[in-house]
Amino acid sequence: MSKTEDSLNAFVTRCDLSSGDGALDDLTVGVKDNISTEGVETTCGSDVLEGYVPPYDATAVARLKDAGARIVGKTNMDEFGMGTTTETSAHGPTRNPVDTDYVPGGSSGGSAAAVASGEVDAALGTDTGGSVRCPAAFCGIVGLKPTYGLVSRYGLIAYANSLETIGSMARDVGTTARLLDAIAGADERDGTCNAEAEDYTVAVKDADGALEGKTVAVPEELVGEGVEEGVRERFDAALETLRDEGAEVREVSMPSLEKALAAYYVIAMGEASSNLARFDGVRYGPGGEGDGWNEAFADARARFGDEVKRRVMLGTYALSEGYYGDYYDKAQNARALVRRDFEEVLDGADVVASPTMPLTPFEIGEALDDPLQMYLADVNTTPVNLAGVPSVSVPCGRADDLPVGLQLTAGRFEETKLLSVAREFEKAR
Amino acid sequence: MKDEQELDADDVRHVAELARVDVTDDEAEEFVEGFNDVLGYFETLDDVPDDVEAEDDLENVMRADEPRPSLPQGEALKNAEESEDGYFKGPSVS
Repeated sequence: MSKTEDSLNAFVTRCDLSSGDGALDDLTVGVKDNISTEGVETTCGSDVLEGYVPPYDATAVARLKDAGARIVGKTNMDEFGMGTTTETSAHGPTRNPVDTDYVPGGSSGGSAAAVASGEVDAALGTDTGGSVRCPAAFCGIVGLKPTYGLVSRYGLIAYANSLETIGSMARDVGTTARLLDAIAGADERDGTCNAEAEDYTVAVKDADGALEGKTVAVPEELVGEGVEEGVRERFDAALETLRDEGAEVREVSMPSLEKALAAYYVIAMGEASSNLARFDGVRYGPGGEGDGWNEAFADARARFGDEVKRRVMLGTYALSEGYYGDYYDKAQNARALVRRDFEEVLDGADVVASPTMPLTPFEIGEALDDPLQMYLADVNTTPVNLAGVPSVSVPCGRADDLPVGLQLTAGRFEETKLLSVAREFEKAR
Repeated sequence: MKDEQELDADDVRHVAELARVDVTDDEAEEFVEGFNDVLGYFETLDDVPDDVEAEDDLENVMRADEPRPSLPQGEALKNAEESEDGYFKGPSVS
């Protein structure tokens, strides 16, 4: 395993893992650096896990190997998945292959850049609040966040368990579906993963006419003032394409979405503060110095980058006595409302559509100094994770020469419908 | 409902201590503004009702409690900086 320089800095570690024939034996695949690979260093983009070599494969990785995929590297990411730009990585920022002055999005920015540049055919990312869909949109590729519980999280190094999923990324919907076919389905090592997988590849192949008679709901809360003009133009054109293919587009209201971003960050930070407590330098990662237990731990954990420190500390604060009711309880109630809104809207519609990101990619360095500004960019992607529903970002053109993504979201375990609709859109535009 | 007072660097140092993360005095100062921005934004949640009924469609997943092969001890210890007699070795509890 060697560390090599690539001009985009898409990879943290190179490797070459393959195990023969299978449905994916024609594909090279990148795996995000927070998904465990036996014998290959896995750092989560963090100095805290420098040198950590997992003794086992994540289920998703084992299944890719079983399917014959050739895994060629671990891809760069925001540290522990905490970021929207892939600039918070301890290994330096990844650059957007469309224009290297811009970020690739995050946190699965290395995966998206490797796919978009043609370095790999497909990649695994993880999506806690948009981390597959955002970089897919920013790099002009397809990124799927599956239903919570469809893909095993065993071997995914946890950031926010109740929100995150492993997802697939590729240059077209068909390859995205093939990767999902390999990794989806029940796993006794993940108690939340009990779903029967379907044949997504076949569904995409048979997608002809999938938009005919479908209803597409557009929540007014996701297409408001915050959406940049160029993005809005591409989104309106995408809706026109959907109509041309026989879909009915209607505007809906989902009032809970006004609360979703804040609820997401409270819950994600709370879970992060608990999950990341394990990084104490004793069982893995470089140890700390100090006179006692707490001092040595705090020293080892000083290796976290600023964004991780910020989230762990804010999560600790929000969960602390006296504040828990104001933040965490409120956020969980908002989450229930968001879930209910999605259920109600998807009762009367097949998919929900919005721009994936309200803006085009930031320039490198532009968003790092203002955390709240960076969080606000996740306004359209985070509600999906609160609801646990599947969602895909599909390219829908460019604004100012930078890619724009269309986000389509369906009901729980409706991946076959979602991917068919995405495929029909991809063909028609 | 929340303490309207904004956090200062002392508060940041206190939370850092609770979270077992060393931050320097300079770092604590630098975190103050972002903390207050984000916590201010969280006030969006103030008017969320307290009595939302969450439909709970979760089920416990159980299996028989039978021993089965697991990760060998040597493998589990392999990434530790220090181990002794098959145990992880941590800092002393002062």
